Amino acid sequence: MSVLVYINSNGEKIAKNAFEAVTYAKKLGEVTAVTNGKADDSMLAQLGKYGADKVLVDRSFEGIDEQQITKMVATAAEKVGANTIVFSNDLIGKAVAPRLSVKMNAGLVAGASGVPKEDGTVPVNVFSGKAFGFVKVNTDKKIIALLPNSIQVEETGGEASVEEFAGNAGDSRVKVKDTKLPEGDIPLPEAELVVSGGRGLKGPENWDLILDLAKELGAATACSRPVADSDWRPHHEHVGQTGVAIAPNLYIAAGISGAIQHLAGVNRSKVIVVINTDNEAPFFKAADYGVVGDAFEVLPKLTEAVKKFKASN
Amino acid sequence: MKILVCISKAPDTTTKISFTDGDTKFDESGVKYIVNPYDEWYALVRGLELKEAQGGSVTTVTVGTAEDEATIRKALAIGADDATRIDVKPEDASQVAAEIAHFAKEGGYDLVLLGKETIDYNGSQVGGMLAEHLDMPFISLAESLTIEGTTATLDKEIIGGVQTVEAELPLVVSCAKGMAEQRIPNMRGIMAARKKPLNVVPSSNAAKNTSFEKYALPAPKSAVKLIDPDNMDELVALLHNEAKVI
Repeated sequence: MSVLVYINSNGEKIAKNAFEAVTYAKKLGEVTAVTNGKADDSMLAQLGKYGADKVLVDRSFEGIDEQQITKMVATAAEKVGANTIVFSNDLIGKAVAPRLSVKMNAGLVAGASGVPKEDGTVPVNVFSGKAFGFVKVNTDKKIIALLPNSIQVEETGGEASVEEFAGNAGDSRVKVKDTKLPEGDIPLPEAELVVSGGRGLKGPENWDLILDLAKELGAATACSRPVADSDWRPHHEHVGQTGVAIAPNLYIAAGISGAIQHLAGVNRSKVIVVINTDNEAPFFKAADYGVVGDAFEVLPKLTEAVKKFKASN
Repeated sequence: MKILVCISKAPDTTTKISFTDGDTKFDESGVKYIVNPYDEWYALVRGLELKEAQGGSVTTVTVGTAEDEATIRKALAIGADDATRIDVKPEDASQVAAEIAHFAKEGGYDLVLLGKETIDYNGSQVGGMLAEHLDMPFISLAESLTIEGTTATLDKEIIGGVQTVEAELPLVVSCAKGMAEQRIPNMRGIMAARKKPLNVVPSSNAAKNTSFEKYALPAPKSAVKLIDPDNMDELVALLHNEAKVI
């Protein structure tokens, strides 16, 4: 079976969640990747390592305009005869996959958390991570948008051929006026490790405790809603029901009580560490590891312990 | 300016999730429904602010049964001018998007607003699907929206940052945090909402491209392992050797 996977190659490197999408597609059939922009052939060829046989690249446009990407992916699907299309369900996938599903009349499984079961249904997270659903696609063509960080990247060792093609993407109807990418930050939605702080940290002046640990771990930083609402930290760091929902391998929460709205944003984390002075804090019920103690004392000790661990490994 | 806001109901955040009929259906008994927060707090309120500043109208549209009317009335109480309910049970994003598109095509809306996702299925699908049906640009995860003449300027979340974009109306915009502040309906709004039009229109029998066959609850979490606050080396060792996450 021919499977097409869309890859964003507009950045300096291809992100890990793109490799996850290729790995996933490889489990379903023969993989062609499709992308656009100016990325070097050598950068695109590395998709072969994860199972892509071929990369189609439309060099005629750059960027991530959802209408242009939709048209290009539809053209590529027709060209290679793919009935299954895989996206990473990142911010681009969330904008493009629904559009494409209407254009191609292909049922969309948004936020797939694993490979299809024997009966063909695909698992997804529902109710903000409180349950799983198994989705059946009722159309001949299907689109699967894979939740970042839900499968392991697997290297199969090949090299992909890179072929230029015309994706007939048309013109963009959206003008980009400005792009702000805070330097050095690890994007939160795709981060594997996250260190998060709540009201228990008492004020923005104490955030070095979080930032130091995050830096030592190579983690992204996050915060609870009251922290973002008080402008101690930027809004894009707010995880929870009304902020960003994340699924990192490790979530360390300091000074966060664990209200249900907060848990809704983080309960798909693989491992949760909670640091709180209050041993009755509800977050401990959702945690794998807990430290009952003052974040002001525990965080520096944890940072020191991580430093020691990194030095000896 | 004619603004359409898509409103969906969702179970209250504190709802205990369970399933019936051999785990094939969400158990709705005793569930309290609210207006999906992203639709209410961000899409509806920003629509109202734009109308208040620049004139026009705010219509809400909901795909749902008579049971949804309490949440629709709440949207009217917050300030929408009128509401339409498309009379069919929403079971799939492709169905909902096609139903709304069928309705919206006739309306000549300048702006279609909706929340970035619902808090039950979290699919984030309807906005993009709707935009394709209506052949409009789709600005996803917008944190701000201003309109001058027929040009919209928006800040939208992108991977690792924020982008400022400009597009001509009509547009479909999915709204995220930052777009507006929650409004609590007052008594006058609640009284007025009773008299506002809530039109019920028949379904266009849109196809459902996907279906949920079964549900499952995650395995219960084992009890938290407590670590001595003076022994962070042990925590790091556990994260490395046992949890294998660092």
